Amino acid sequence: MENRHLLTGNEAVARGAYEAGLVFASAYPGTPSTEILETLAAYKDSLYCEWAPNEKVALEAAIGASLAGGRALAAMKHVGVNVAADPLFTAAYTGVNGGLILVSADDPGQHSSQNEQDNRNYATAARLLMLEPADSQEAKDFTKLGLALSERFDMPVMLRMTTRVCHSKSTVTFEERGEISIRPYEKNIAKYVMTPANAKVKRAKLGGAIQAMTEYSNSCDINREEINGTDIGVISAGVAYQYAKEVFGPEASYLKLGMTYPMPMEKIRAFASKVKTLYVVEEMDPYMERQIREAGIDCIGKDVIPEYDELNPDIIRKAVFGEEAPALHSDMKAVVRPPALCAGCPHRGFFYALSKRKNVMVTGDIGCYTLGAAPPLNAIDSVVCMGASISMGHGAAKVFQQSGTDTKVVAVIGDSTFFHSGITSLIDVTYNKGVSVSVIMDNRITGMTGHQQNPGTGLTLMGEPAVEVDIPLLCQAIGLKKENIYIVNPLKLTEVDEALDAALTKEEPCVIITKWPCILKKFTQEDKAAFDLSKKKCEIDQEACKKCKICVKTGCPAIYSGDVISINGDTCTGCGICMQVCPFDAIKEVK
Amino acid sequence: MKETKNILLVGVGGQGTILASKILSAGLLSAGYDVKMSEIHGMSQRGGNVSTQIRFGETVYSPIIGRGEADVIVAFETMEALRWIEYLKPSGKMVINDFEIPSVPIQMGAAEYPKGILEELAAKADVSVFRAGAIAEGLGNSKTMNIVLLGALVKVLNMPEIDWEQAICSNVKQGFEEINIKAFRAGEAQV
Repeated sequence: MENRHLLTGNEAVARGAYEAGLVFASAYPGTPSTEILETLAAYKDSLYCEWAPNEKVALEAAIGASLAGGRALAAMKHVGVNVAADPLFTAAYTGVNGGLILVSADDPGQHSSQNEQDNRNYATAARLLMLEPADSQEAKDFTKLGLALSERFDMPVMLRMTTRVCHSKSTVTFEERGEISIRPYEKNIAKYVMTPANAKVKRAKLGGAIQAMTEYSNSCDINREEINGTDIGVISAGVAYQYAKEVFGPEASYLKLGMTYPMPMEKIRAFASKVKTLYVVEEMDPYMERQIREAGIDCIGKDVIPEYDELNPDIIRKAVFGEEAPALHSDMKAVVRPPALCAGCPHRGFFYALSKRKNVMVTGDIGCYTLGAAPPLNAIDSVVCMGASISMGHGAAKVFQQSGTDTKVVAVIGDSTFFHSGITSLIDVTYNKGVSVSVIMDNRITGMTGHQQNPGTGLTLMGEPAVEVDIPLLCQAIGLKKENIYIVNPLKLTEVDEALDAALTKEEPCVIITKWPCILKKFTQEDKAAFDLSKKKCEIDQEACKKCKICVKTGCPAIYSGDVISINGDTCTGCGICMQVCPFDAIKEVK
Repeated sequence: MKETKNILLVGVGGQGTILASKILSAGLLSAGYDVKMSEIHGMSQRGGNVSTQIRFGETVYSPIIGRGEADVIVAFETMEALRWIEYLKPSGKMVINDFEIPSVPIQMGAAEYPKGILEELAAKADVSVFRAGAIAEGLGNSKTMNIVLLGALVKVLNMPEIDWEQAICSNVKQGFEEINIKAFRAGEAQV
């Protein structure tokens, strides 16, 4: 009993990696994967782990660690695998030395993502052994198994998680860390140098590896039958299996798959022959269903079960049996509660100033500052992916130049996202004589995912002091003129406006760096020395207030617009943006 | 207990639903139950609504609860009670904190905080309403509002065999054990 721990799937992956003798882990933060590395950092006496600037770098570093003989892990959200796809496909050719595991955390239902891709398709496309845990115990066990299988089949293993597996807690039993020694490194050009000649040989050998993995898939006990009644059989994997158990109950039989690439088609065929009606229950794409149908096995799947959005027992029950549980209903409607930039958020001042500009296209990026697109600021025109703000802005500016309109382009990107993939985009602007204005919103931390260190914060994941990237100097080094780099305090609207006025009138690349720490950040000594972070509040003088509501248009969640306009003293941080926009001088700072 | 019990804690980011659910699950785990708990992280810190789902019993499969399936819902904020009413079992119990936090559209004057939520819900379901915020403030620490609500929930669950004080003590910051136990007992007295 005492050895039972209630862990999230992410915490369990970290525990499994620790128990499996992992020595190297690298990741870029991304919901729902972030806590894997944060938890691993607690085992820093036994292993090394780091935040990489992006997912491609994280996976490449893990591949290097594996080649050097250590067990290694890279973790990322589903869209991060797109960034890391280049090394991923070729790592399937080189194989490994120490076990190598890639954790892909998919986000069905897009709780906090810009798309809903199904990364199981990567396993098929890159031919990677894939494991899919259905709860935290399996997340731990499959991480350990995955590292061992990676070594056995000389192949990177993909551990495919989803939001509900990552963030749900269930019980896990702990074991000791195994005595796994680092394997010796041997130079092997034919195996590790993927020139076309070597890679062609490796490509031809993939078939044999897939065959060996398929045999394992057909015989391993993580692909297991639960035979009960013969009327209904259900094939499922991941959290969808848990939902299926709720819906189909103890009378149905199940084929629960823990390894879903290569698929255990012999096992599936045998299971299908034992039941009258076969259901395939899976979230998102008909990944298993497609392969089962291709094998000539008839089944019911996406013809009834939705192929996008997150599943749950309700949805499956309604889809399969047309049943809904009786529920209470009210005609009253709760008002939506959309997320907003926090009270005191340093991004607010910049977006407020930007929202007043006419004839400006603002290309946005991924992070807290994406909320600059929300009402009442409405200050962003586009958001696609990490790093896209600067490159999309560059392309747009080139077209506005040709179409002869005087529309200007401002790209906004956070510090961590700039390090992730904004730097190469900015080189595109300088190298190709771009005219867009790039704004690096440096809030001294990776904000949206819950405050992870990054190359600009001066600390590592393991809590050690680190060199800080000098953003203005970096901009100069890639070709920006020193006089075209403006460093401003985003809480001072005049400073922001002056920088925007100057940058928007120049016909050459300009960068504005807004520098102020995230208000939720745990401030370092350096932060306290560099910024005035003393506690302040703002208050509205009700006699002077004319209820014009201009302060409300800053979108600050501390300002309440009712019969009177007031500021919530508990949440206000005294950032002073409302004070600066008030035309009647009715807002004052109080101690 | 053969049947799985479903509990839903709903509120607004920063109200302490996560600590309350942590203490609850620690207590349930100590009693030998299989426990699953699901939260959605992400943008909640930025003022969005939050929900924590806890399921316990002999063997629990799904970590999430469907519409009409919650045995108990504890709403840390009044409008969130309205938002989640469809998740309550028609025979279930709802504990509601009489505590309003306007959302951004309301603050901006673009929408109004719905009036008469408590009357509406009382007419539909078995509800207990009290002001946990005022109770916590009366005890001298407004941050223990979540533990007051946890006390009420535990009373509804009626599981005296579990050492809840132990579960509280091992999950709150050192030095805050006593005030949290007081808050817990004050919450129990409300239902």
